[in-house]
Amino acid sequence: MFYREAGDFKTSYHADNHTFPIKFDRIGFWVTMAIAFAVIPFFINDYWANAIFVPFLIYAIAAIGLNILTGYCGQVSLGTGGFMAVGAYACYKLMTAFPDVSIVIHIVLAGGITAAVGAAFGLPSLRIKGFYLAVATLAAQFFLVWLFNKVSWFYNYSASGQINAPERFVAGIAVTGPNTAPWAQYMICLIFLTACALLARNLTRGTIGRSWMAIRDMDIAAEIIGVNPLKAKLTAFAVSSFFIGISGALFFAVYLGAVEVGEAFGIQKSFLVLFMIIIGGLGSIFGSFAGAAFLVLLPVLLKVIGVDLLGWPTDLVAHFQLVIIGALIMFFLIKEPHGLAQLWRLAKEKLRLWPFPY
Amino acid sequence: MKTKTLAAMALAGAIASGPAMADLVIPDLSYRTGPYAAGGTPFSDGYQDYFNLLNARDGGIGGEAVRIVECETGYNTEKGVECYESTKGEGALIYQPLSTGITYQIIPKATADQIPIHTMGYGRTSAANGEVFNWVFNYPANYWDAASVAVNYLLDQNSGDLNGKTIALVYHNSAYGKEPIRTLEALSEMHGFELSQLAVDHPGQEQKSQWLQIRRERPDYVLMWGWGVMNQVAVQEAANINFPMENFIGNWWAGAEHDVTPAGASANGYKSLNMNRVIDYPVLAEIQSMVHDAGNAAGDGSNLGSVLYVRGMYAAMLAAEAIAKAQEIHGVADVTPAMVRDGMAALEVTEARMEALGMAGIGPEFSVSCQNHGGSGQGIVQQWNASAGAWEPLTDFISPDKSVIEPLIAEDSAAFASENNITPGCL
Repeated sequence: MFYREAGDFKTSYHADNHTFPIKFDRIGFWVTMAIAFAVIPFFINDYWANAIFVPFLIYAIAAIGLNILTGYCGQVSLGTGGFMAVGAYACYKLMTAFPDVSIVIHIVLAGGITAAVGAAFGLPSLRIKGFYLAVATLAAQFFLVWLFNKVSWFYNYSASGQINAPERFVAGIAVTGPNTAPWAQYMICLIFLTACALLARNLTRGTIGRSWMAIRDMDIAAEIIGVNPLKAKLTAFAVSSFFIGISGALFFAVYLGAVEVGEAFGIQKSFLVLFMIIIGGLGSIFGSFAGAAFLVLLPVLLKVIGVDLLGWPTDLVAHFQLVIIGALIMFFLIKEPHGLAQLWRLAKEKLRLWPFPY
Repeated sequence: MKTKTLAAMALAGAIASGPAMADLVIPDLSYRTGPYAAGGTPFSDGYQDYFNLLNARDGGIGGEAVRIVECETGYNTEKGVECYESTKGEGALIYQPLSTGITYQIIPKATADQIPIHTMGYGRTSAANGEVFNWVFNYPANYWDAASVAVNYLLDQNSGDLNGKTIALVYHNSAYGKEPIRTLEALSEMHGFELSQLAVDHPGQEQKSQWLQIRRERPDYVLMWGWGVMNQVAVQEAANINFPMENFIGNWWAGAEHDVTPAGASANGYKSLNMNRVIDYPVLAEIQSMVHDAGNAAGDGSNLGSVLYVRGMYAAMLAAEAIAKAQEIHGVADVTPAMVRDGMAALEVTEARMEALGMAGIGPEFSVSCQNHGGSGQGIVQQWNASAGAWEPLTDFISPDKSVIEPLIAEDSAAFASENNITPGCL
């Protein structure tokens, strides 16, 4: 009834190219943005920021990054944790080496450095495919973690091998360090996520995104019709790593404030982000958000229900968490292999016909 | 999906911002799951049981009931942050995270929120400098003390001369395991022994190559900074290569019953440090009768009297004493975290007091001051007797070499202070 194309006339090429062709979607988008930017910052507290919003926003950036590589370009990667570590350590080195430069520039530069590292590790993708590529990226994961543990230059020779984010300001407001207000933490992550999501969405709609998808769907056919696999694969690795690097930098500087590479950026992180895009939906920006929300919120929710509401022992709840999340992952993979994004797509199809399905 | 998520979030929020009650709130960031659960569980049991004993026997501390808020971290820093944030709103008085990684994480946060942290024998060693780390305490001993105590013990074994000996350090490749390296390097220079470092990655199940290297190099002694499943594996591997167990010394986090029992009789003779004596204290009988028999035992109640249980109980005792001290200083029963900090900074643990609490000789005598948050730093060496199934203390409390450790602490804390724009001073 409300959700339909009919009556929504496009009178310019610009309007015709809009990301959301349906008016209802456009309104929904702006309402979400208004709530995210103008309502939540006024109500957020330390717990909400640190347990829910900030990790969700950061993981969403990482999921978008991995989705570009795996979902859009079809290159399986298990190196996400390692690339996040590159972002985090690049950000740390930049923060401590150039304390007068804005943290925003450092985070973007950390993304750029990760893009270069990612492109270098993407080179084998020109020769190997599928599972073999997954193993190659797994090597990147282990190599990078080993490197940041081994070479003390990366952690400025500190006794413990930890890196700690010093206090940095944006427009006079602390965004890293212990005195950061929860809304400031939230806002910087939100701004980065919004920029990344807009960038990713528009990249995937353009020439470069179409060449990625052509490679994903059938690389030989893509090559025959004139898509350069070298360019397509390496740009996918670079762009994907750029986003992952930004998320790693935010993860270290804004969210945790102190990290230890083996613990924070281990192989579990790579799997976590991979699960996010599989559950959320491969090849979908919305899916990246949905997957990140699912895997960040669900454990917190289960904990709140189990420990605070039902008063169960904490270890029992922790074990149940693993069981329930595992079962839900299997359930989704069987019932909806295309992820939450596909559920959303189906819901929209149904909405178009509602209330008179025929 | 969207409405479901929103409803869930609203629910989470409603509960997270629940009303705070007027008890003494003690958060217990425990880990009873994951590869480190074997160590986390008995410590948490001991920590909670002691507070439950105080509630049952004395009606709390100074007449004010203690409320424990447990939160499962799984030894994971992200969950640790979530636990910190969710418990601090309840009015948490003192944090005891039992994880060096989580400690590093919450030092800046707790300092900003003005809540004291007690990292007993772990965490950031330079927090012993109370003028820089006003809110962090690591009495009665820290990692650098442990390294020095171990070397002093070996010096004693070799009639004061370690020249030309080789000591291998097998360590957990994390902030925890890397902490003692700096001290051991300084000590190796001083005493002329050679130090070789062997890192073991989290979680520590894979140690074949490290022990092959030990087999090849045949060091005179092996020191270990291990935790969780890593300890059991290391003891087993040492037995596999026939390394003489009496030359294998773990630190105090690598010396509990569950670390050695899996290796059976071949673990006999393995040594470790300890910062608390483990004997049959009268207080354990009280816990048995007033907490366990009343059905209030934390966990399954099977850990009573084990090494880490006693250490958890010791930690709880030190926290309770600090709270009592704070009540005495400020003359109120319902203390705030800032008052507890004052209590910790004025804490004095004497032999007579420990005896009155039913745990005579559990730890060394020490006193805390504004400048020194580190305590005496003493530790004992104990040895595993596999046939008796018990740890036997070999020595009395050994003092560390403060002349080595103090300059290192001053240097590291000064670096932290300049990085974070802290002007050292007392509160």
